[in-house]
Amino acid sequence: MEIGIGHYLILSGLLFSIGFVGVLRRKNLLMLFFATEVMLNAVNVAFAAIGNYYGDLSGQMFAFFVIAVAASEVAVGLGLLIVLYKKYGSLDLDVIATMKG
Amino acid sequence: MYEVIAFYIFAISTMVLFTITVMSKNVLYAMTALAAGMVMISGFFFLLGADFLGVVQLIVYVGAVMALYAFSMMFFDATKDIKEKHQNPSLAFVLGGLMALVFVIMFSAPIIGENIQALYPVGLAEGLGAFGNAQDVGLVLFTKYLVPFEVAAVMLLVAMIAGIILAGKKMDYSLTECEASDKELEDEILKGGAK
Repeated sequence: MEIGIGHYLILSGLLFSIGFVGVLRRKNLLMLFFATEVMLNAVNVAFAAIGNYYGDLSGQMFAFFVIAVAASEVAVGLGLLIVLYKKYGSLDLDVIATMKG
Repeated sequence: MYEVIAFYIFAISTMVLFTITVMSKNVLYAMTALAAGMVMISGFFFLLGADFLGVVQLIVYVGAVMALYAFSMMFFDATKDIKEKHQNPSLAFVLGGLMALVFVIMFSAPIIGENIQALYPVGLAEGLGAFGNAQDVGLVLFTKYLVPFEVAAVMLLVAMIAGIILAGKKMDYSLTECEASDKELEDEILKGGAK
């Protein structure tokens, strides 16, 4: 049995779904960040697989830029989390939420 | 044969580890599982011939991003279990399951577009006497993707400054004291702000 692009894409879709469940489920902001990291990694696998399938380096390039975006997201996001924690003493979305809706 | 075995080992371990990340109540367990899962993800990159991407994944994700998360653990109380109130617990699983089903159906369908040509084919640098994924990546990154590369560099710089400014404010006040005696600290901050 050969491992084709289909295997990688299905795996990537499943990992993305795991991350999606996490994003929907989590109420703690830090855990929500972890779930988004899972989703970004799943997309990276798909990019690398498609790049490999077409023999094209663009897939890998996009994966690099996704990694750069994720790194800056973490830097800014953690700064915001620290500010929020100092302000509210908690990272729970129910505590932090100020809008009624 | 080895590829098949490696693929399934990595696939199962990533799925299990990321499920732990998403489901665990303990921040420390979730973070450790996420780091391990990212190591496993880099295994896919090595399998796919994207060696440089795999190394970058190991260094940037497992090294830098997880270290950043680990440092942030010092600010938040990581020993306590997280209590989350779920209003509709099954909804997320139903939606996520549906999404996974759609993905599986979509990707198991035969792929159209066999005639797509590679814009920047693998093995670009072979004519120059060099070979390997890192050289190819370097050639493409510093020619065709030079502008996005520079933009990404500026973006990282902006993110770094933003992180320093956001996290660095009032760094001299301890957060644990904050929990112990809120009133006392508020006075202290007011005093500190005044002077």
